[in-house]
Amino acid sequence: MSAIRYSKEHEWVLVDGDTATVGISPYAQEQLGDVVFVELPEIGKKIEKGKELAVVESVKAASEVYAPIGGEVVEVNNALTDAPATVNEDALGKGWFAKIKLANKSELDGLMDEAAYKAYVASL
Amino acid sequence: MRFRREGELRIPVRSEDVLSEASLKRTPLHDLHVELGAKMVPFAGYDMPVQYPMGILGEHQHTRGAAGLFDVSHMGQFRITAPSYDAAAAAVEKLCPNDFRSLQSGQQRYGFLTNAKGGILDDLMVTRDGETLRMVVNAACKDADYRHIAASLPADCRLERLDDFALLALQGPKAGAVVARLAPASAKMTFMTGAALEIAGVKCYATRSGYTGEDGFEISVPGGTAEAFARTLLQEPEVKPIGLGARDSLRLEAGLCLYGSDITEKTTPVEAGLSWAIAERRRKAGGFPGDAVLQKQWAEGVTRKRVGILPEGKAPARAHTEIANDEGREIGEVTSGGFGPSLGKPIAMGYVATASAGIGNAVSLVVRGKALAARVAKMPFVQHRYHRN
Repeated sequence: MSAIRYSKEHEWVLVDGDTATVGISPYAQEQLGDVVFVELPEIGKKIEKGKELAVVESVKAASEVYAPIGGEVVEVNNALTDAPATVNEDALGKGWFAKIKLANKSELDGLMDEAAYKAYVASL
Repeated sequence: MRFRREGELRIPVRSEDVLSEASLKRTPLHDLHVELGAKMVPFAGYDMPVQYPMGILGEHQHTRGAAGLFDVSHMGQFRITAPSYDAAAAAVEKLCPNDFRSLQSGQQRYGFLTNAKGGILDDLMVTRDGETLRMVVNAACKDADYRHIAASLPADCRLERLDDFALLALQGPKAGAVVARLAPASAKMTFMTGAALEIAGVKCYATRSGYTGEDGFEISVPGGTAEAFARTLLQEPEVKPIGLGARDSLRLEAGLCLYGSDITEKTTPVEAGLSWAIAERRRKAGGFPGDAVLQKQWAEGVTRKRVGILPEGKAPARAHTEIANDEGREIGEVTSGGFGPSLGKPIAMGYVATASAGIGNAVSLVVRGKALAARVAKMPFVQHRYHRN
């Protein structure tokens, strides 16, 4: 398993073989506030990097989650349907959104490692 | 991801008075909000707390269970002095369809300014304080309201803006006990009454009213004393600070209109289901802007009505979501919608064609291209718990 990587849009990716688990960062969940609803993609959906993967709703508003890498959705975290607050409680763990079978591993190169992402968030 | 904010705090339609972000105004409690860790956002030209570290859900539940303190100093506080209260009320009635002349001193009433088409220019609260008429109007409308009212007042009436006063709302089932502890005279006040009080030694004017559906007070205090006064209230064990985010979810659960979204210059009080605020005397006699339009609507009915809507699934439907009937034809639009923390599910209100407005009627909400099942529902979604006697 490789190390976690982040997009500038605050999604995270953890790659295991040719499959990537995707979620949103602790910074993102904090910006959103209490998550009350998550709309997950359909399994089998093919998605391009940067396109809408999911929708996450806080009390205040609906926000789009983009796919940080492209590929085919092979699994979604259905537990979020009944317990959307898991995104707030464990953004990097149980609050994952979807698993994507990578279409192009080189897309990972444009993502930030932990240290780079921390520096990026600090600059915001 | 892209963080969206527009579902949260909408700026009303009359935006000519809204300032750019660089010149945001501050209320007398601004430093306190920052000290308490609030997330500040621009709202109606002010830098306001949208939430504190407790978060919107927690703040909402705290207000429903105990007492929440809201800074609503951005709202407009006006005072009209005239040879008599009746002269002041008669002047205001020329601009509003409501009955303010029959108020006894210490009584408060909800109302609205209308335009010539019967549309709502702003909604407001009027209180009779002796021979003086007090008024609280929406923040984003206050400059326009002031000009509008001032332009029509007779020479012997004087309209003043109480810009040097802060306005604090204490809301929730424990609010009565908290205020009674600090001002025993408040205990005899009932819903929709006002009185000059001394709360914890601070001279103020308080009304027993609010925007949450709960018992509570709105308290007008001199700006210079506001921060110390707020700190005193926050020292009471039942009281926590509450931001505009929870204020919005609380008022939506209570079925109360947000000006600029649920009621605007393009909606009439009849369509909005606010005819209850217009007394028989005014309906018959007219004498307010748009009177002929409203009288025609009372006589012939309206083509659309404001209703409550309960989505059957878990996805919230935000403002501007299309409402369709069971044949897929568009019949209206959501004007306020989100998650109702007390119900643990999404709630909304909006306008639908009168034929579809019956309670329990099945409709669909078009959210991100998908038609989601919902039903027209009775409001309020959470029962009001006002202190009526």
